[in-house]
Amino acid sequence: MRPLTPVSRRARIVLGLSFFVLFVAVWSVATFGGFVRPIFLATPIRMIDEGWRLMTRFGFSYDIAITVWRVFGGFVMATVVAVPIGILMGAYKPIEAFFEPFVSFARYLPASAFIPLLILWAGIGEMQKLLVIFIGAVFQIILMVAVAVGSTRRDLVEAAYTLGTGDGGVVRHVLLPHAAPQIAEILRLVLGWAWTYVIVAELIGSSAGIGHMIVDSQALLNTGQIIFGIIVIGLIGLISDFAFKALNRSMFPWSLA
Amino acid sequence: MSHVVVEGVSRTFPGKRGGEPTVALSPIDLTVERNDFVTILGPSGCGKSTLLRIVAGLDDPTTGQVMVAGREVVGPGPDRGMVFQSYTLFPWLTVADNIAFGLRRKGVPAAQQKEIVDFYLGKTGLTKFGKHLPKELSGGMQQRVAIARALANDPDILLLDEPFGALDNQTRGLMQELLLKIWEDDQKTVLFVTHDIEEAIFLASRCIVMTARPGRIKADVEIDLPRPRDYHLKTSAALLAFKERLTEDIRAEAIKAL
Repeated sequence: MRPLTPVSRRARIVLGLSFFVLFVAVWSVATFGGFVRPIFLATPIRMIDEGWRLMTRFGFSYDIAITVWRVFGGFVMATVVAVPIGILMGAYKPIEAFFEPFVSFARYLPASAFIPLLILWAGIGEMQKLLVIFIGAVFQIILMVAVAVGSTRRDLVEAAYTLGTGDGGVVRHVLLPHAAPQIAEILRLVLGWAWTYVIVAELIGSSAGIGHMIVDSQALLNTGQIIFGIIVIGLIGLISDFAFKALNRSMFPWSLA
Repeated sequence: MSHVVVEGVSRTFPGKRGGEPTVALSPIDLTVERNDFVTILGPSGCGKSTLLRIVAGLDDPTTGQVMVAGREVVGPGPDRGMVFQSYTLFPWLTVADNIAFGLRRKGVPAAQQKEIVDFYLGKTGLTKFGKHLPKELSGGMQQRVAIARALANDPDILLLDEPFGALDNQTRGLMQELLLKIWEDDQKTVLFVTHDIEEAIFLASRCIVMTARPGRIKADVEIDLPRPRDYHLKTSAALLAFKERLTEDIRAEAIKAL
């Protein structure tokens, strides 16, 4: 194979799907072949069967809806707070000097470690779930947005100044549009992380949601349901990622190579 | 009153990591009359771009000051349009929106904006490309847009920092003629930095030759070749005589800079 040579669209789809096929095949061999005991890993058929029961008899679609709402709620809260702060930090160095050390520190605080504290503060209601995602996402977004805005090409900024742009105008008309596609990419990335946080939040003190179902199924040793839950998360992640990517592409055609 | 007066301007960059500071420009005095076309010629690293950036207000002199139309330069402003060597079109804006960028900031009414944009699109031969994005254009076209963008703002002074440096020879020749034609129609004060001797002579009414770092003015040569000029002039004996003389000057400096 020659390095960096592109592959046709058709070949890419075939290759991408074939890994899923291989994955299910290995899984089937391991379970149907009796290499793994059903108590540890359900068969694919059993998983689909359990999934069907979850959806039709246990109202699992409600859990999915709850989880999706929590992810987006926490993510939107984090975005609304973090993006403006990140932009200000990227544009104005004193503001960066003020926030940056704390945000860099806070970024390494694991969101899951806050769960006991957040239960104490916010109870076990929705706000607590949203706050876990918020804490997990907000510092990451701030730092990455600040870097994106701060790395704007200097010559573009200078060109804007020589065209009579003021300081505020440079932020609005150069830094922001220049960083916008990168900010959109950052949000896409962090939305993926938010999915990890939401499940962790739902594992503890929760009465609904995909994570809650997984904990319940564990108690019943129902690995088929657990795997179905995990696959649902993966699928929703994949769909939202595709949607985000398509949105970014249509909003910022100029930034594509 | 002279349009641009550079008085004792020097620039020293602080040393990096405890190193010696770099003297990019030793004190320079230079006076440019209104509507003159002045080229600043020097070997690379001689501080000619630094001088231009100081006039633009993008860099501050360590000593001395620059007066433009009798007022001291304290920062960049729309009275001094600039064209850079790197491609500095805003990649998210169409060609037409790039040209209108300065007009928007000034709050020029939309109808008038369009009129000005169309005029400069025509002047730079880009009428069909108004709706294109910069990435869809060749390097020469991008620099034409950059010139149109600077001119649309109607600056008194046009500062050009090796604007054709990244272009191939043929394109560069055409761009020089285009710029001359615009200048002959439009009458602006032009400061044009280059390391290309032929370019410096072909365009200029006056050519300032700078020494190797730290930059000083080595020669100030009146280029009294007839106008309007076109590419035929490049092979004329008169231009070659200037070229021979400036080549000697620049060569000596380039050797020092090696």
